[in-house]
Formats: sequence, structure tokens, C-alpha cells
Amino acid sequence: MFRHEPFPVRIGAGNLRAMKLRRRPPLRSQPSGAFRGWLVGLCLLCGAASALAASPVDVYDFPDSEVEARYRALVAEFRCPKCLNTNLAGSDAPIAKDLRAAVHRLIVEEGRSDQEVRDYLQARYGDFVLYDPPFKAATLALWLGPLIFVGIGLGLLAGRWRRRQPAHLSDADRARLQRLLDEA
Amino acid sequence: MRPALFAPLALFAVVLAIGYIGFQLEDPQRLPSALLGKPFPAFAAPRLDGGSGALVRREDLLGSPVLVNVWATWCPTCRAEHDELLRIHAAAPTLRIIGVNYKDDAAKARRWLRAYGDPYEFNLVDLDGALGVELGVYGAPETFLLNPEGEVVFKQVGAVTSDIWRQELAPRLAAMGMRVDDGAELPEVGAAPPSAALEADVPA
Repeated sequence: MFRHEPFPVRIGAGNLRAMKLRRRPPLRSQPSGAFRGWLVGLCLLCGAASALAASPVDVYDFPDSEVEARYRALVAEFRCPKCLNTNLAGSDAPIAKDLRAAVHRLIVEEGRSDQEVRDYLQARYGDFVLYDPPFKAATLALWLGPLIFVGIGLGLLAGRWRRRQPAHLSDADRARLQRLLDEA
Repeated sequence: MRPALFAPLALFAVVLAIGYIGFQLEDPQRLPSALLGKPFPAFAAPRLDGGSGALVRREDLLGSPVLVNVWATWCPTCRAEHDELLRIHAAAPTLRIIGVNYKDDAAKARRWLRAYGDPYEFNLVDLDGALGVELGVYGAPETFLLNPEGEVVFKQVGAVTSDIWRQELAPRLAAMGMRVDDGAELPEVGAAPPSAALEADVPA
């Protein structure tokens, strides 16, 4: 399978290390098996490191600070399509820059509401860009999984609690027990 | 030794196994297209060759199946994909292949088409990636197959290969009534000039 490529990033001091690790020869087949598992881990590490190292700076004009606050909240809300664990605000990927520009255009030039911006991005990039996925068939396990685990936990607790209860005794048994204890 | 002592360890092993398998099941980079089954978004973009000077719009893509291919000269995978597009063009000459030259240099793009051959009916220019955002594109190459009504019936993220053509594109085109080669014997494309031909053309 061929690689799907992002627009090339110019190498800055901040992300040089990550770039070196990320750059692979073109047309290489996908790594498989355990090696790929390690790669995933490595990429997550690099992603986190580069996100910390290089915070992107865009220069945008805003009519007032309220719109700017809305912009900042929106770009912090969405996940960058190319970088998995970074939001639009924190990513220096070119696609994140494009999407920040789109958010700016939508709320400043076109005067759209926050919800319209969310719908716009979701219509084009899907649930992937939402950190807060909607409740539907495909995300059922995601939303209900934790409840199932809580249920299992409660079931185990209930089992323990029941075992600790003293055995149920009839009145005759109780009187007999008391006699035995008194004799002792 | 009480077996219950091992319960946490067993649970941990199960979680580990789920994580290990889960990470391999699906490429986390693969983003299912939100446009699948939906109308191709409205757009207006200029042509790479200038055309008549008018902007190309969504309406210009209606009426017959269209393959929309997002590519760029900075994308080596697109170079590998290019020969497959030429083969597809030869196998299905009535299929309109429209290119979207994504965040690229127009002069380089024209040189690329001269050097490697041109399977496209025409190319759209997306200098700043704004059209790409409209299309939900986040890299190159990406390819959309539109039906005559302008709905996205298939999207490929990454290169269109001969397998993709055989298994995904050709059957869908046949279903839409287009006469296509079954893909077993695609015509050979004349050997492309070595990439040095292109490099020599690029000013330092």
C-alpha cells in the first residue's frame, strides 16, 4: 500500500528531531506486525514531543475579542486530521493550518455560528475531527463500554457483600446457637 | 495459592491483548470519508491550463462518471500513481479524469504533465488548499469517484493502484453502465521518461 502524504513541512529547529524520525523513503510498503506496534508508539511519542516543541503561530485579525475567544475555543475543540492526538490549535501540520484558516474565514468573514462551524468540519472530515464523538451505532461500545465495566464492578462488589452477610438462621437455630455459646 | 490472586494479572493480559490486536486492526491514519454517498461539495476553481478563463463549478462534473484525483508534484506517491491513471485513461477513455493540483506550483505541474503524460481532461488549481478543505482532503493523493448525479460513490486515500482499479473502480463504473476493460489486461503505457528529464527542467 502506498503512503498518503501530507503537504511537506519546512523543517524548523523545534521539529527537526521528529521530522528525521518521521521521514521515510517513498513508496515503502507498510510495516507489519509487532514492528508496526512499536512504530505507532514511537509516532505517538514524537507527535507529543513535536506538539510541545512547536506551537504554531498564525496572524489573524479579529473584529473584537469575543470573536477571537470563539476562534480560540473552536480550534482547541477539533482534532487535527493528520496528527491523531493533537487539536487544531496545537498542530503545526499544514492541514491544521488550512483548517484554522477555514474556521477563521467562517466565523469572521461569513459570520457563522459555532455550531455551523462544527457542522461544516464534521460534514467534510467526519467524526474523526471531533474529540466529543456523537452517540450512534458505531460509537455504542465507546459510550456504553465504561458502563458495562462499572456494572461488572458493582456485580463483583455485590457478590462479596452477600458472602460477608451472616448465614440466615431460623429462630430455633438462633436459640440453639445461643445455648451453645452460653454453655461454652 | 489462591487462583483469585491471578485475576488482576489475567485482566491486564486481556486488556493488553485487546490493545495489541485493536491497534493492528485498523490504520489509525485512515479517515473514513464523510462525503461517501453524499453530493460532491459545491466549488469554483480555475483551470491549470486556463481553459476559457471561466471557473469550473460542481455543475461541470455532472452527467457522467468522473474520477477526481488530488495530486501534487511534491508528492512522490502521486508519481507512482500517475502511471496507473494513464492506464485507467487508456482502459476507460470515456471516463472523465479531473485533476486537482493541490498546494502546488503551476509551472512545475505543467512540466510534470508534459514529462509524464496527461491522463486528465483538465486540472483544477488549488493553490492554498481551500478547495481541499471543501473536499475533506488532508493530503495527497486522494481520489473520488462521482456518479453522473455528482455523488461520491467511492473515495481512495493514498494511491490508486491496479488492485484499487480492479476491485473498487472498474466494478462501480461497469455498474454505472460504462464500458471498461475488466482490468485483467490493461494496456501497457509507454515507458515514462526517467525522472531526470523532469529534474533537468526545474530551475535550481
